Amino acid sequence: MSTPALGAADALSPGTATPASGTPGTASPGAGTTGLGATGTASTDDGAAPARTGRGRTAAGARGWAVRLGSLAAFVALWQWLTTADVSAGLRFDRLPSPTEVAAEFARQLGTGTYYLDLAQSTIRIITGFALAAVAGIALGVLVARSRWVADVLLPPIEVVRPIPAIALVPIAILVFPTDEQGIVFITFAAAFFPIMVSTRHAVRALPTLWEDAVRTMGGGRAHVLWNVVLPGTLPGVFGGLSVGMGVAWICVISAEMISGEFGVGYRTWHAYTVVDYPAVLVGMTSIGVLGWVTSASIELLGRRLTRWLPRAEGNTR
Amino acid sequence: MTAPTASTTGSTTASPAAMTAGTESRRVDAGLAIRLDGVALGYGRRAILEDLRLDIAPGEVLVLVGPSGSGKSTVLRAVAGLLAPHAGRVLAQGVTVSGPSPDRAMIFQDDALLPWRTVRRNVELPLRIRGVPRRERGTVAESWIARVGLAGFEDRLPRELSGGMRQRVQLARSLAGAPRAVLMDEPFGALDAQTRGEMQRLLLDVLHGTSATVVFVTHDVDEALLLADRVVVLRRGGIGSVLSVPGPRTPDVDRAGLRARIIEEL
Ligand SMILES: Nc1ncnc2c1ncn2[C@@H]1O[C@H](COP(=O)(O)OP(=O)(O)OP(=O)(O)O)[C@@H](O)[C@H]1O
Ligand SMILES: [Mg+2]
Repeated sequence: MSTPALGAADALSPGTATPASGTPGTASPGAGTTGLGATGTASTDDGAAPARTGRGRTAAGARGWAVRLGSLAAFVALWQWLTTADVSAGLRFDRLPSPTEVAAEFARQLGTGTYYLDLAQSTIRIITGFALAAVAGIALGVLVARSRWVADVLLPPIEVVRPIPAIALVPIAILVFPTDEQGIVFITFAAAFFPIMVSTRHAVRALPTLWEDAVRTMGGGRAHVLWNVVLPGTLPGVFGGLSVGMGVAWICVISAEMISGEFGVGYRTWHAYTVVDYPAVLVGMTSIGVLGWVTSASIELLGRRLTRWLPRAEGNTR
Repeated sequence: MTAPTASTTGSTTASPAAMTAGTESRRVDAGLAIRLDGVALGYGRRAILEDLRLDIAPGEVLVLVGPSGSGKSTVLRAVAGLLAPHAGRVLAQGVTVSGPSPDRAMIFQDDALLPWRTVRRNVELPLRIRGVPRRERGTVAESWIARVGLAGFEDRLPRELSGGMRQRVQLARSLAGAPRAVLMDEPFGALDAQTRGEMQRLLLDVLHGTSATVVFVTHDVDEALLLADRVVVLRRGGIGSVLSVPGPRTPDVDRAGLRARIIEEL
């Protein structure tokens, strides 16, 4: 059935309640004719979630951070000890640069323009490749899960390409893309695309039919179901895929830079190795570690923001 | 509900919207809200119910009772248009049902609120789908939320509500879209006796003053007797019996005779 005109609405609306019932609904004007008549009270569409902060929670948060920082400091201290005490028990820690040496090299590099250029270059590559992969992966994941026909057409080639490690696509990327830059972004895209697509597909398939039925009985069509049920309902699963995708995207962007870049943290790290500058190698590795951590944490944070509605144990801050 | 209150809104079937409601062609017996015309239902090849015949009048409250697994939810899904009959037709306003419509709102047995939407945004959803402007949506949603006693909870997420409160939101959401019929699948089944009593009073109060047709599923005979104009007993793959419930709808009226008959039929 098609959606009837709003006129049909008059049958049912709080405003039309008979005087006998004398309920709050009768406060709404416009009762007689449309029943949906607006009062002056405009309301915002997005209700703000109530703030949930408390003193107990801040204290717990501070303690959590202290533990995390302490753990990191202990790791660096162990490294310092292993290298300066020339520990060599099977593993040759005596050859490894110490944190102080690495810090000195790091301080030197911070004074050069190249370091920032490399950082920016790698960041741009990862963001471009990852963003493309997120859009394509989510769109295709939804399509493949919701349409039998699309699945039949697209899944066979996708499933054949999927097991190939993205880094093994480097020769092809060098061959078909006019510039190395595009090739590296493509490798990053290919790496992140599959985990995102597969997670989305599974999340869509695991969606309870109840929500979809509910929206359909309100007269919602495919677009309504997609927008109001499928996309929000699959977000937790999709974010799982985005996290994994970001991880492999870093692996691949760095590897690709080592093979064919002219800039970038990966290229710089490999270059330092070829000239046997180990402190610089470790500066590169640390930079990759920190960048990777920042991007993963951003995704994690965004994911948590967007899935606040998930049921969770009371008092659990995660 | 029956005739007296319908006058506040005019007859649903006579309103201009009804004349244009369907994309389908033939209109039969426009005076009926819902008709099951030799309907057979099942899942896949499995038959659950055969040859259901039933006419439901506009504004009537029809209660379906039957043992667990007798197919109550299945009938409701067919009336909603979520399940296509194996044979026969379901007619709404004289038009064959071929899919869901906002004219037939449904309250599901399980909590069907969208968990990522606040109470307000859940109740607004049917209006949004109908294309009601945002401002109006807010006003209507707010008055319905107040009507079911949840004023002040507009910005809560479903997970922050109790089971009874969630069912109130489902009630508000289903009515906000101004449907001609409301299909309720054991809406109070999971509630404790006291909350259930409150919800029944709320439902009677809310329905009073609308002209909506109601199909209500329950396996609680007292609930059936309290709410129903007619009680339909489902059993052994079909309609066992149809009983009219006379008199005012109040908990204290003695309907021991009817009660015994229904229990016997079950
Ligand atoms: N999706 C489904 N697929 C296959 N069979 C189903 C499905 N849903 C229900 N059935 C079967 O249909 C029959 C009727 O189920 P239905 O859910 O309509 O019962 P009910 O009367 O609503 O029971 P209850 O009171 O427990 O809710 C049952 O035998 C059930 O096994
Ligand atoms: Mg059921």
